[in-house]
Amino acid sequence: MSSPVLRLEGIRKSFGPVHVLQGVDLTVRAGEVHALVGENGAGKSTLMKILSGVHQPDAGSMTLYGAPYAPSSPLDGRAAGVSMIYQELVLAPHLTVEENITLGAEHARYGWLRSRAREVERTLADLGQQGIAPDARVSDLSIGKKQLVEIGRALLFDARIVVMDEPTSSLSAADTQALFEAMGQMKEQGLAIIYISHFLEEVQEACDRYTVLRDGKMISTGPVAGTPVRRIIEDMVGRSVDELFPSGDREKGEPLLEVSDVQGRKGLPADVGFTLHRGEIMGVAGLVGAGRSEMARTIFGLEPARSGAASIRGREALRVAWMTPRAALDNGLDLLSENRKEEGLALNLSLVFNLTLSDLRRYSRAGFLQLRKERRDGARWIDVLRIRTGSVEQRADELSGGNQQKVCLARLLQQDNDILFLDEPTRGIDIGSKAEIYKLIHRLAEQGKGIVMISSYLPELLGVCDTLGVMHKGRLSPVRPVREWTEHRIMQFATSGYDA
Amino acid sequence: MKKPRNYKAMLSELGPLLGLIFVFALFAALTPSAFTSFYNIKTILTQSVIIGIAAFGTTFIIVSEGIDLSVGSQIALTTVVVAAVLNLPGTDPGLFYPLLALAAGVLACTGVGAFNGFVITKFRIVPFIVTLGSMQIVRGVAKWIGKEQTVPTPDNWLTNLMLIDPSPSWLVFGPGVWIALALLVVSAALLKYTVLGRYAFAIGSNEQTARLCGVKVDRMKIVIYALGGLLTGVAGVMQYSYLTVGDPTTAVGLELDIIAAVVIGGGSLSGGEGSVVGSIVGALIMAVLRNGSNMLGLPNYVQEIIIGAIIVGAVLIDQQKHRLRTAG
Repeated sequence: MSSPVLRLEGIRKSFGPVHVLQGVDLTVRAGEVHALVGENGAGKSTLMKILSGVHQPDAGSMTLYGAPYAPSSPLDGRAAGVSMIYQELVLAPHLTVEENITLGAEHARYGWLRSRAREVERTLADLGQQGIAPDARVSDLSIGKKQLVEIGRALLFDARIVVMDEPTSSLSAADTQALFEAMGQMKEQGLAIIYISHFLEEVQEACDRYTVLRDGKMISTGPVAGTPVRRIIEDMVGRSVDELFPSGDREKGEPLLEVSDVQGRKGLPADVGFTLHRGEIMGVAGLVGAGRSEMARTIFGLEPARSGAASIRGREALRVAWMTPRAALDNGLDLLSENRKEEGLALNLSLVFNLTLSDLRRYSRAGFLQLRKERRDGARWIDVLRIRTGSVEQRADELSGGNQQKVCLARLLQQDNDILFLDEPTRGIDIGSKAEIYKLIHRLAEQGKGIVMISSYLPELLGVCDTLGVMHKGRLSPVRPVREWTEHRIMQFATSGYDA
Repeated sequence: MKKPRNYKAMLSELGPLLGLIFVFALFAALTPSAFTSFYNIKTILTQSVIIGIAAFGTTFIIVSEGIDLSVGSQIALTTVVVAAVLNLPGTDPGLFYPLLALAAGVLACTGVGAFNGFVITKFRIVPFIVTLGSMQIVRGVAKWIGKEQTVPTPDNWLTNLMLIDPSPSWLVFGPGVWIALALLVVSAALLKYTVLGRYAFAIGSNEQTARLCGVKVDRMKIVIYALGGLLTGVAGVMQYSYLTVGDPTTAVGLELDIIAAVVIGGGSLSGGEGSVVGSIVGALIMAVLRNGSNMLGLPNYVQEIIIGAIIVGAVLIDQQKHRLRTAG
């Protein structure tokens, strides 16, 4: 067993009254991939920010290669060999691969740049990426390749510990494999990798050891091999998995929405048809890029359709190509966006503005807003969904992720439409809010609404939905009762399009 | 928790107003008698009418994360259109022709605004470029109509609008000031209390959210630019009244003063923020500075330096406010 490269002991950090980290220990060894898992808000990001020098701990010690390590800035951390690969890539898209990798470390003579193409090529080869040309423009690369370029940049700066924060969240399967190969190469060179991910399947595939954080404390740590995924989940969640999902059977009612032959103008979805009934929660599984969001967005009129028909409540079918969000809303559809910050919310506007935006007709007369009514209803929704906020006037960006998501949901609730597309409704929110949202979804189904729930998190789909379809390359498998699916069968269809 | 929020929000709305009171008090202290005379205050108000009215329209555009660089050219176009219509009857234009001229001038600018909005939404070109182009185009059209020179006009009642001392003296202020005040009330109500205003905020804050919520974004933008044009047209009529001739070369670069007024008043070029009241306060701050500096006999370049510093300073203060807010 190799010696520890990095040892964190008793790390504490508070922001005002919030104790984010309450004495966290973490030991990382050379040549290992160490998974750091935990729900949002568990303190992973804060811990990594302390490691990289963005924040300084209130208490506790860090040692790097046996020597005390106390970075005062990210620059400090990088000089000591700790490199962060951020979720949001920080590359300059207009520059070439070489220019990006050497940015800030250009070799120059009398101000004239000297090429470091050979070094860059060697670094990329070390990652098993001979295919990336140093003179390629970064904007022409896929997201996965961009990430590898960023890792190459870390290596060129002599990183010894590389922190990857959700690196695969937007990668295709092939890019994910390439990343895992690169990680293997880095391990061989004795680098240590800290790998933050929500996907426990990936943790099992790519990591050697794991540490679970919950509520700012270290809960468990150990080798990945031999630890059942279920135990890791229960450590993350702090309760048994069965309690998380509400139970209760509902009768499937009459058909609410029948769509057929939906094709997006950009190719996704390729050809989708399904029937959603009253009281039904229909899950949609699939890999990122399979066209799940595109399917919902095309039906909702946010993305252009080439063909398709949608019949709502048994009425005459509408042409999906003519659908607009306004028409969709007026016909009883609604959509929860997967991008809460980019699309779901107008962040610098108040909570109540966000709540009523899709339904101002209800809050206006002859074009004039009825502000008092709007505020009163806003306050009611805050109560109903237990949104933690100062007032309805509070700006959306001042709320936590879970509360922001509740605001988005509240907009759907106050619109009160019957057919709801929920795209990743629990992404990036803490476990308590997740459980509340699952319950809410069940309640809505009990009221006779039909719900299409898109998620990348299989346990949640299997726990919440009545029926499930899987998407592969823009096509949707037959929709079946959830008990007829197994994780294995879902993954098989998702990766191959082959239905056993 | 409720109280301090409201208090903070009030403070951020009052910020520009405090600035106005400060500069006013400053000049009042430096040149007591002349500056604070009632006549001079009337002068300052009248001087703010044109920039103020145009700034109301620009506020809508900036709140929706747009920009209109063609405002100065639009004002020139209005003066020329007004003059051309006034010259139609030959001699005395009477009551009717000035009304027609007013309508034609305002309509011309509304058309320019709608055209800007159409090109921006239909061809997905950024507003800066579209209006940079229309700034030249509209200026060219104005020169074409005016045959590249000022257009003299016969005596008519439009030229009374911008008098500092109005003809029925019970008006106290010139009609232009009253018109600006009326438009201030109407625009502020439009922005704050109507669906149109709410959509402007939503589009400016996050266009994608607006789309998701069923807002007809393209149509709204065209309406907003047209509304901006309409108010610019009114400002243009005031400019004609002030000049008493049509002048295709007038108001060059005035759009920058107008944008400055909006920004000093709390408007954010990244959208979703701004207020009509703030914009008029911004316009007044600049008018007070110019007027006060003249009284002190400060050379023109000093005024320019001060106003430039205030624009950057206002935005700086605004950013600090945001930082405080997100920290607290």
